[in-house]
Amino acid sequence: MKIGIPRGLYFYYFNSFYKYFFDYLDIQLIISPKTNSDILKLGMDIAGDEMCMSLKTYLGHVVYLKDKCDYILISRIANYGEYNQTCTNFLALYDIVNNLVGCKIIDYNIDLKNKDKELEGLVEAFSKFKIKRSKIIKAYYYAVNQSNISFNKKIISNKELLNSNKLKVLLISHPYNLYDEYVGKPIIKLLKENGLEVIDCNYFNKDDCSHFSKHFVPHLYWKYQKEMLGSIGLSKSKIDGIIFLTTFPCGLDSLANELVMRSVDIPYLNIVIDQTESLSGFETRIESFVDILNQRHERNVKN
Amino acid sequence: LKKRVAFPLMGDYGIPATYLFKHIMSCEIMDIPPITNKTVELGVKNSPDFICTPFKYTLGTLIECLDNGANILIQLGGGCRYGYYANLQEKILKDLGYDFKMYNLVTAGITHPFRIYKYLKEIDKKVNIFKIFYYLLITIRMVKYMDLVDIYIRENIGFEKEIGSFEKLKKKMLKDFTKVKSVFKLKKIYKKYMRLFKDIPLSKPNKVIKIGLIGELYTLMESRANYDIEKFLASHNISITRFTNVTYLLFKKGKLSKRYLKKLDNVKYKMGADAMDNIYYTKYLGENNYDGIIHIKSSFCTPEIGAMPIIKKVANEYNVPVLFLTMDTNSSMVGLTTRLEAFIDMLEMRN
Repeated sequence: MKIGIPRGLYFYYFNSFYKYFFDYLDIQLIISPKTNSDILKLGMDIAGDEMCMSLKTYLGHVVYLKDKCDYILISRIANYGEYNQTCTNFLALYDIVNNLVGCKIIDYNIDLKNKDKELEGLVEAFSKFKIKRSKIIKAYYYAVNQSNISFNKKIISNKELLNSNKLKVLLISHPYNLYDEYVGKPIIKLLKENGLEVIDCNYFNKDDCSHFSKHFVPHLYWKYQKEMLGSIGLSKSKIDGIIFLTTFPCGLDSLANELVMRSVDIPYLNIVIDQTESLSGFETRIESFVDILNQRHERNVKN
Repeated sequence: LKKRVAFPLMGDYGIPATYLFKHIMSCEIMDIPPITNKTVELGVKNSPDFICTPFKYTLGTLIECLDNGANILIQLGGGCRYGYYANLQEKILKDLGYDFKMYNLVTAGITHPFRIYKYLKEIDKKVNIFKIFYYLLITIRMVKYMDLVDIYIRENIGFEKEIGSFEKLKKKMLKDFTKVKSVFKLKKIYKKYMRLFKDIPLSKPNKVIKIGLIGELYTLMESRANYDIEKFLASHNISITRFTNVTYLLFKKGKLSKRYLKKLDNVKYKMGADAMDNIYYTKYLGENNYDGIIHIKSSFCTPEIGAMPIIKKVANEYNVPVLFLTMDTNSSMVGLTTRLEAFIDMLEMRN
């Protein structure tokens, strides 16, 4: 049995978990290649016009994988408790793919508010294939532990970056945008070319982040937004600027990021990426942003 | 400082809301100005780029209220993005230099009666819990009766012999509703007006064009946000069915949406906000031989965007034409008129 995982949206949250989990179960895993123009076009062809770019890319990956594997794995993430909801696209993902692409799907549901847990969902989904329940449970805990270990390593190396002598910017973006070949990667490259140290907002302790987000976005109830924006609180004293990277038209970012932009007192840059745009527009904006950071830094050193 | 309370409106529901607050609170409840082009302009000017349209409308109303002297704002939040409107609007208005206090009674789509009571007590110390329950009961009834009347009006307003008779009577009814002091009196008035509505002379042809209106809740219910689409359709002699109203959203949705989900075979999970409900309605309208479906939503409404391709697919199965309309903050409906007229012409030709 071959299981395909599209490289988009939830994949980036469960990246290493999937690797260890299916390794333990001896199931062959096919992950779609990094986003390229062909995949993007496949997605644009079937997606609705107004869907956000991240979802269009994801659908492209699904279409790419359709004939190359037996099943496509979709985790439907509704919420991690009452005040930890996710984006509506994550809620509707299974039904959108099922109706638009029409391929064989294995799905499991994470909806803690209605008592649908991740482990139970996985056990239910894979016990159909005559895999022992105990083995799935073991695989789950093994994968959770292993992925936590690698995540913690990344947190430590991310913390070390905070002490570097270069100018540091905190890049705030969802992992599915940040590590995407068409959205985040070129921006990171541009920033590094301009001599900046890029701090990744996704590699901080998640619980600390959720707690610290209260200062910037009170009463927020979206899990991923809280985790991203809380990283500002953890690193604020050490960074020189913040860059918000969003795809058009991300609904939740439009509210939460705007609120943060109105309350932070360090320079920030808001970048919104649409599929039609080329990078040349961003080069000038990033360069002038770097100039501002440099001038501020020099002034601070003098004082 | 005298407390003056204001809140954004939606459609005719401002009347029961004002009625409720006026009776349970001793402080002044402002007369909320209706949404005009100026309101929309104010809202658009101060909103983030790709926020959904209801944010702009409500923000505009709040700014106008503050200009008129309000200092307590009340906002209610729903499930999706709507639940977080209040926090950003508070920040935007504070940045504009207004001095006020904002209360968000419902967040994340969760209603805590105790928290709402606590907030009301904070606004006005004289709030009495028995009084709240008494008038809440009347208000809930009032909303229910309003929705029942509206359902009848929507079906028949396209065929009135004397144009404007429905609207005139409805205005009179709403005025009488606000003077009510008990549930029994309310019921009496409702029955009286329902009889009057049914007495209005109609000229219904044998074959009537029936259209189902589905979509996002605010745009459906606030007539300024959908540029009075119902009135426009009525003027072309069309009978309209709309499912979304406050009675449905507050009291029936929890139970019904579970039932809807079971009846749909191509949808497995709830898809956020009213997306799944709208797919069910499409199926329902198809099964009941409706002539057409109009789906309206505000721009950037994520749940509906996800549901649209599925609605299209279901409608194709039943061979019902669908028109998708995205409403933004334009000041006129000229562009809309041509599209609607073409759609109506097409429906007439199919008949």
